[in-house]
Amino acid sequence: MPNPGTERMNVAVNEKNTTPEVVSQIQKSITQYPAQAYRKEALEAFQKLGLPENKSEEYKNTPITRLLQKNFVFDQPNAVAQKLDVKDYFIPGVEGNVIVMINGVFSEEHSVIVSPSSEITITNLGTAIAGQHPVAIAHLAKYADTAADAFTAWNTATWQSGVFIHVPKGKVVEKPIVIYHIHDTRGGQVITASRNLIVTELNSEVTIVEKFDSVGDGNHFSTLVTEAEVAENAGFNHYTIQNDAGNRYQVVTTNIHQERSSRVNTYTFTLSGKLVRNNLQLSIDGEGIESHMFGLYLVNGDTLADNHTVVDHRKANSFSNELYKGIMDGSSRGVFNGKIYVRPQAQKTNAFQANRNILISDKATVNTKPQLEIWADDVKCSHGCTTGQLDEEALFYLQSRGIAKETARAMMLYAFAAEILENVKHPELKVYLDQLVSERLHKNF
Amino acid sequence: MLSIKNLTAKIGDKQILNGINLEVKPGEVHAIMGPNGSGKSTLASVLAGREEYEVTAGEVDFLGKDLLALAPEDRAREGLFLAFQYPVEIPGVSTINFMKTALNQILEHRGQQALDAVSFLKVMKERMKLVEIDQSLLNRSLNEGFSGGEKKRNEIFQMAMLEPKLAILDETDSGLDIDALKIVANGVNKLRNKSNAVVVVTHYQRLLDYIVPDFVHVLYKGKIVKSGTKDLALELEAKGYDWIKDEVAIA
Repeated sequence: MPNPGTERMNVAVNEKNTTPEVVSQIQKSITQYPAQAYRKEALEAFQKLGLPENKSEEYKNTPITRLLQKNFVFDQPNAVAQKLDVKDYFIPGVEGNVIVMINGVFSEEHSVIVSPSSEITITNLGTAIAGQHPVAIAHLAKYADTAADAFTAWNTATWQSGVFIHVPKGKVVEKPIVIYHIHDTRGGQVITASRNLIVTELNSEVTIVEKFDSVGDGNHFSTLVTEAEVAENAGFNHYTIQNDAGNRYQVVTTNIHQERSSRVNTYTFTLSGKLVRNNLQLSIDGEGIESHMFGLYLVNGDTLADNHTVVDHRKANSFSNELYKGIMDGSSRGVFNGKIYVRPQAQKTNAFQANRNILISDKATVNTKPQLEIWADDVKCSHGCTTGQLDEEALFYLQSRGIAKETARAMMLYAFAAEILENVKHPELKVYLDQLVSERLHKNF
Repeated sequence: MLSIKNLTAKIGDKQILNGINLEVKPGEVHAIMGPNGSGKSTLASVLAGREEYEVTAGEVDFLGKDLLALAPEDRAREGLFLAFQYPVEIPGVSTINFMKTALNQILEHRGQQALDAVSFLKVMKERMKLVEIDQSLLNRSLNEGFSGGEKKRNEIFQMAMLEPKLAILDETDSGLDIDALKIVANGVNKLRNKSNAVVVVTHYQRLLDYIVPDFVHVLYKGKIVKSGTKDLALELEAKGYDWIKDEVAIA
């Protein structure tokens, strides 16, 4: 073992200390929900796992434990949210069912649910579980694996609030359901654990948009676990827009379980944050499934954007396609890890994956790793990753036609990002996301 | 219009241009010929402002301006155009969008009003005919997946859109079959007038049957070693470049 420096020793000691501190916080929070056995099981799982160490394979490029330990006190109550004009955070033109979560708590005051409950259930997950909603009870904590990840275990043991959506058989929900996760840190540190449960029935269709925002300079850490059951021949579109004030640490875990002939599209836009870790897991558990995963991380400053995805092909004749693209400026860091599993029985699987990155500063870095594990022998799978700078020859070509260098850069970066944007199906959302990306890239042509 | 005096340039440690002198006046067509590696493309690149090349001495005056002091985009805005030997493929940027941005930045530079979408399309359709290029090609990503001929035609289409005062065609003929060559040459000829000029850089005489030069210059070892009329090009075609090399060696 190499000679450990003093600093390193400190880190190691602190890492050991962090877990008991968090455990005590979890234990305190669990006493509020004495009846729920799964929380105790999750706590046990958490105690077994501990927070990920520096060398942990799944977090080796993302020193989350060290950063949490350095920047947070786990044994104190959250700052109280102040008066907020939540409409400031709303996406223009996307009306309908709106849920506002403030500091991790479902805000009845700000949420607007327009669909009648006879058509679709959209409610506080805490209320649904407390009221013994049979569908919520049947599906909660069924898809997110507490044994696999400390943050999932932590969230499962302590989640305070969240959204439960149940789309009945054949129901096509026309307008997206938008969930705004707003943190107000003007009064100090905020730590939240939120939970979504989405259950769709046969032939139904629903689009969910989650947007993360924050106000204030305080540090904040959030875990969000979303479990989604996508039934036979159902369609599920899931958008994640991470663009808050920039001092959020977050772990977003999304477990999607797909039944046969279902269709899933996920879109993950990471534009800001201190540390963003997204765990997206698709379980392709039926035949004739089609899944698309799109991601764009467009980051600067010292943002760390980490996307870990897993596509688990468990049945034959399904299709998955994944495209994640990154543009990194400043001293930002990007991490992409894409796992594709094709189980022995998943013959005739088509699974594709690509990760492309542009570094526009010398200090920006990216770690990208595709991981394909294929046990079936009759499949079509491919993966590829590229990392590079803007093509100087292309820049010169544009300039040689009279286009200013800055415009030329913006044109090329926008074109790079557009490959993700053009897959956004919802028109108003597309306009909104296009604007966000254009502004960020100083597109003015 | 263009006055090059004693221009020398290098790339890395390699000296390529060794004192070029050239005068181009409005309405003229000049051909620059020479064996491979003589510095033809370097001259075109230096004039367009490619950064890899370092100008070590000399002056270039373009319409009264110090060309070498201008950024590549400003050279274009002042009326210089380089048709690339190898046009670049740019995924995600359509030729139409590219040309609209370029034309409007050029107009803005000249203090003129930018074109709205309708007028732009009108101009575009007109110029498309000149080079017999199809709109479906222009809707696609710039040069991506284009054939060699389509790429060169797209270069001349861009020239037609931007109406430069001086166009430098860098080996625009190489890799083209005779039909494509005729289309490209016709496009260039239709764009010629009394107030603009064309410099054709080429390895082969063939293009000069269609774009007839007023002057032919032979570039060898980074210098113009011989100048003449179009007959010089025919002579080169018949005899090759060796006699030029011999002449230089004797001198």
